[in-house]
Amino acid sequence: MPERRDFLVNAIKGLGLAATGGLAWSGFIEEGKSAPLILRPPGALPEKEFIASCIKCGMCVEACPYDALALAEPGDDKPIGTPFFTPRTNPCYMCKDIPCVPACPTGSLDESLVSDKDENGELKLNINLAKMGLAVIDRETCIAYSGIQCDACYRSCPRIDEAITIDYTRNKRTGKHALRAPVVHSEACTGCGLCEKACVTQKSSIFVLPREIAMGKSSERYIKGWDERDGERIKDVTEEVTTQTPRSGKSAIDYLNNEDF
Amino acid sequence: MRKYKYQIPRRLLQISILFIFFGGNAYGWNVLRGNLSSAKVLDAIPLSDPFAVLQSYSAGASIATDALVGALIILLFYAVLGGRVFCGWVCPVNMVTDLACKIRTSFNLDTIWKSWDIQRGVRFWVIGLSVVLSAILGVAAFEWISPIGALHRGIIYGFGFGWAFVLIVFLFDLFAVKNGFCGHLCPLGGFYSIVGRFGFLRIGYDKAKCTSCMKCIEICPEEQVLSIVNQHSGAVLSGECINCGRCIEVCDDNAVKFSSIYLNKYSNNK
Repeated sequence: MPERRDFLVNAIKGLGLAATGGLAWSGFIEEGKSAPLILRPPGALPEKEFIASCIKCGMCVEACPYDALALAEPGDDKPIGTPFFTPRTNPCYMCKDIPCVPACPTGSLDESLVSDKDENGELKLNINLAKMGLAVIDRETCIAYSGIQCDACYRSCPRIDEAITIDYTRNKRTGKHALRAPVVHSEACTGCGLCEKACVTQKSSIFVLPREIAMGKSSERYIKGWDERDGERIKDVTEEVTTQTPRSGKSAIDYLNNEDF
Repeated sequence: MRKYKYQIPRRLLQISILFIFFGGNAYGWNVLRGNLSSAKVLDAIPLSDPFAVLQSYSAGASIATDALVGALIILLFYAVLGGRVFCGWVCPVNMVTDLACKIRTSFNLDTIWKSWDIQRGVRFWVIGLSVVLSAILGVAAFEWISPIGALHRGIIYGFGFGWAFVLIVFLFDLFAVKNGFCGHLCPLGGFYSIVGRFGFLRIGYDKAKCTSCMKCIEICPEEQVLSIVNQHSGAVLSGECINCGRCIEVCDDNAVKFSSIYLNKYSNNK
């Protein structure tokens, strides 16, 4: 039965080649996907959904009046064809009408992520809701933290006194001067990067990182009792809750008092 | 001039589409903005690459209305028009691979080396792989490595190392397989060959006028579609024909011309 044999051989050959090609292909994609240090335009979906839906058309790039956005190309070490910005040279200027977002045909830049209701209950774009990244300060190179008077980042911040505030403390080194240290607040910072551009140090001492990288996450069970909003989470708890673990049935080890030391 | 009757308008169309896109980005022209992946005409009509949308869908993205409508418009347009008109008249990689093919034939590379050969059906495997890999990896897999995307994005928004992707295709076509990329591997071409299978625009062949010089088969980048030549009058039925019209240009006997699959004149009777 030569036909059946030919068919089988050809099918196996085809599958083998497809597997080889497919593996090389996936390897290349995985390599590019794993570059997490990328700052997306305002209103971008979470990175995983973003790279699945972005069609790489560049209409957000065209819509940006400041030419802040660019499409990643091979060699940029970022997901190929997707938009990003580089704050040190071209930060996001936080346009009120956010032209890059409605330009997106695929919804990868999602208007609902940067809109809230105005007084008439209508959805309106609000750039202050953008979460492009989070500014992080290197206190060792920031000159304000060494006692030099600099508030370049604070002055450049479009959400001055909300996203960046100045912490006034005593300069312990000189004993007679003030330390005016900038502090970033994650709930207000949009990650626009105007501070990174404004920073006067040779390499910026305040820089925007993707929020997943810049931020930690504490467990649900820690409740800030002094914070009214956080305290609400245990408002309805009436009985005492104790956590059962494999150890919790045993008595505490008290070696300091009971054992020979 | 007759020898370039279709080639000149083809190149003009390919270049001017890129130029209008380029002007949209560089000078803010509002005629056609975006690129070949997705675009907007006159700030109103959305257009999208249906194959890219398919991959996005496979990758698990929810498809927005604009992208979906745009993809349907393009799909319908090429389905009605027929053949791979996108490949022959719009896609910028066609210029690259045509150049490679021209150099290859003028230096007689095919007779010097026994060239590699791969089957034309490989592109349909690549379509399958694109869709499967998109689902596994969560990104539009072919769009990631596409030399078409690298080329038009590069021209419109600036090249990174994107030119390397285009150079690979050029060298592959020049030294390895004749019409290797567009005629064997490209899943977008394969996709449009399925889409355009029943469209009306076709190459019609008249056996009565034919002198069997075989120039059409020599020039054709998809020579398997011209199987009717020297057999019987009729229309080229395969969707793999890119409707470039090179066969019409080279025919000295007026035996080949643009026709329709649905016209009786070239109905496929023996």
